[in-house]
Formats: sequence, C-alpha cells, structure tokens
Amino acid sequence: MNRDELLKALYEETLVGNAPRVLELTDEGLAGGLSPEELLFESLIPSLEEVGARFERGDFFVPEMLIAGKAMAGALEVLRPLLAETGVESVGTFVMGTVKGDVHDIGKNLVNIMLEGAGFHVIDLGVQVAPERFVAAIEEHRPDIVGFSAFLTTTMPMFKANINALEKAGLRDQVIVMVGGAPVTQEYADAVGADGYASDASAAVARAKELLGRRRAAALA
Amino acid sequence: MRTVLRSATREVVIGGDEPFCIIGERINPTGRKTFQEQLRRGDLSRVEVDVAQQVAGGAMVLDVNMGAPLADEVELMRRAVRLVQGVTDLPLCIDSSVVEALEAGLDAYEGKALVNSVTAEEDRLEAVLPLVKRHEAAVIMLPNDETEIPEEPRRRLELVERLVDVATGRFGIGVEDIVIDPLAMPVGADTTLVNRTLETIHLVHERFGLNMTLGASNVSFGMPDRAGIGSAFIPMAMALGLTSAIMDARAADLVRSVKAADLLLDHDPWGARWIAAHRARQEREQQAPG
Repeated sequence: MNRDELLKALYEETLVGNAPRVLELTDEGLAGGLSPEELLFESLIPSLEEVGARFERGDFFVPEMLIAGKAMAGALEVLRPLLAETGVESVGTFVMGTVKGDVHDIGKNLVNIMLEGAGFHVIDLGVQVAPERFVAAIEEHRPDIVGFSAFLTTTMPMFKANINALEKAGLRDQVIVMVGGAPVTQEYADAVGADGYASDASAAVARAKELLGRRRAAALA
Repeated sequence: MRTVLRSATREVVIGGDEPFCIIGERINPTGRKTFQEQLRRGDLSRVEVDVAQQVAGGAMVLDVNMGAPLADEVELMRRAVRLVQGVTDLPLCIDSSVVEALEAGLDAYEGKALVNSVTAEEDRLEAVLPLVKRHEAAVIMLPNDETEIPEEPRRRLELVERLVDVATGRFGIGVEDIVIDPLAMPVGADTTLVNRTLETIHLVHERFGLNMTLGASNVSFGMPDRAGIGSAFIPMAMALGLTSAIMDARAADLVRSVKAADLLLDHDPWGARWIAAHRARQEREQQAPG
C-alpha cells in the first residue's frame, strides 16, 4: 500500500468502525514512515467529521457513531504519546460532565466522541459531577472549554450553580462554558450565562471550534 | 395487582388481567420548539390538539408534562390539568421532576391520579411520597438512586424492594398503588441493555407481581424505523409482566402490536376487541372518499 492508499483505507475503516483494522493500519502507517499528524489530520479526523455529517443528515445512526468513535479511540491511544513527543497540540482541551443530580450519559458520550474525532483532548468527568469537581478539574487541566450536560428540567439549574462556582473560584473568564442536553434550549443557555449551546453532537463540535477560534482571535488582537 | 386510576367520571385499571394500559405521552413540550414557546407565553391551545390525537389513537390514560425551560411549570401544570380534565374523562398521569409542579397538578386534579415519578433517592422519596399519600394517588417509582442507574437486573430488583418498603412502610401507600418503571434504555447505545430491562421486568413480576410501566420510545432512540423496534419490544415486555407503557398513541403500528399482544396473552376474551377494531377500521376505510 502506498501513502495515499493507506490514508484512504484508514479513513474508510474508521468510517465503518472496524477497530482492529484501524489499529493495524495505524501501525502499518507509522512503520511505513507516515507521521502521527498525517494519520490524524488526513484520515482519522476527516473520517469522524464525515460520521458526524452523516449522523446530522440522518444517514448514520447512534450505534454507527459509537463504533466509529471506538475505532478512532483505539488509534488515538497509539498516536497520542507520539503526538505529545513531537509537540503537536490538540485542537483544544475540553472538560465534560453530566451535572450533579443527573445520571444520564448517552448524549454526553456522543458529544465526547465527536469532540475527540475533531481533535479535541476530552477529559470526561462522568455523571453526577458536583460544581466543586468541575472547579477542581478546571484548575487541574486548564481546559479551553468546559461542557455541562443535563437531561432533566430539574437538573438544568445546575448550569447556573456551576457557573456561579466558576465565578467564585475566579475561573469564569478563563474557560468557555458550553451547555447541552435534551431539554436545553438556546434561550436557556443564554439565561444562565453560558457561552455556547448546541442541539446535537455534530453541532456541538462546530460551536466549540467557533467559540475557540473567536477566543483565540480575541487573545491575539 | 390492580392499580385503579380515576377521573371524576371514569375508572381505568392497570393490571395483569386487564388490557395493556396505554398512557399517551404527547402532552409534553420536550423537543418541541413551537410548543415550548407557546407555553412560555402561557398559551395552552396546543394541549387540546394533543389530547384529541392521543384519545383518538387509543390512549387510556394521558401523561401531562409541562416541563418547558424558562416557563412557569407549576402554574402551567395547574392550568393544564384543569384544561385536559375539561376535554376528556381519561385519568391523568401527572409528570414532572419538579415537586411543586406535581403538587399543583395533584391539587388541581379531580379523581385518583398517577404521579410520574419518584426515584430511590432519599430526598426525592421524602418530597414526593407524602404528596402521593395525601392525594391518595398512585405513583411510578424508578429503581435508580443517588449514584447510578444500575445495569444489573438484580441490583434494580434490590432497589425496587427498597422502594416498596419505603412507600408502604414509611408512607403507608398501598402496594397496589406502586407502579414500577423498570427503566427502558436505548438499544442503539448498547445492544445488551434491553435484555437487562426485560430481565428486570421478569424479576419484578415474579418477586412482587407489581404493575410496571416504562417510556417505550426510549428503546429505539437513535435508531431507524423506531416503530418497528417498539412494535417488537412492547409485546416481549408484556409477555414478561409489563402492564402499561407511556407511548405515543398516534403511532398506529405500535398500538396495533399492543392490541395483538393483548389477544395473544389472553387479555382479550374471544378476540372481541381485536375483531371490533378491525371492523371499525374497515368502516372508516369504506367511508373515506376515493
């Protein structure tokens, strides 16, 4: 297999979620002299972007998204240490969690997959994450973005509680806050003072990139 | 076990010897932008349309949920319960995660309602069950606690045991007024999950004989041809002891699979209702123009 054939095969096998084959091709690519960046940016990320696009159009379904995400995660495990060695930065760091009082995680996990697929480094705090745990994780990981997920109208108010906790800890200006979940709306996100909202996993990635781009541009200006 | 629900004028029984109880799920703004905006303005006109559709589709109880973000859920619930009781005599299932909204709904309700729902979390039990007792309502109880939605059916059964102990022992609620939600999970997220729900139904049925209901549409989340999945799932669950589901009564395929399962499981003596439904459909088709 030449370079282009390998990158194309890696793209195709990620798209259909063939985890063992994705791992083989990643090893093969590295052995053949391809760089971790090439594998990541020319195959894996475009493939997951296509998964997201198909999901958004209704052509792909939840299990297909999960299995593609799993295949990519396998390759990332190999590539991540190599990328760190060569000093390649992730697109951004994202701390994610389902708010306190809420144990729903399927939507959050889909968003995580799409974020990782887009090149974000995702730190998932799981479910039932109390405000102080978000604060501690932000202090530890210094993420670009923090995401709060809620599935219930009764747990949505935790968005505000989390944001208050960030303000109290003096962290609010250092991190972009995104919120989401089944009952959440743009109006609600605005009302609690979040920076961003998206209605599905694919849109969440687009919004995260947009917010991050804007923040970085503002920092340069 | 017979869970009796009542409006001012009509009684509906959920039970193993009764036709499967279809709780119409559509009076709920979740995921419906226009409806949410209407509710924020206090406009309940959409509710009447949803009620009419659910009744026409064969709902026997109606679930009423007014959980629109940034709307006054308590006041909306009070008004919605009155409105719905004005246009239908079906008993209602008062659905909110906000305790005050449950209370407002129960205060406004005439009859014996079903409360949706309470988990095994201690603070929720302490807040919701006194209301259930005071209004002599029935209650849907979920076997998940502060820490988790347990995957293991045996663990769910333990939580059901605790729920029954607390409801009957501490709050004096009749065991027949407990309806367990065995937690329907999306098969698309993990194809092992529905087996666990089915096993939970089996265990709860064997151990307690309690009535059970669940949100049937959860099962097909994120998958194509959702009606096909629901039409297979509900009869399977019925055979193991599920006696009710919260579902969209507009979905004719789903309702038909429920009715067929009722017939097959001997809840429709001589197939009289199955045949009557066929005749009614024939008649409608003949009357339809063209």
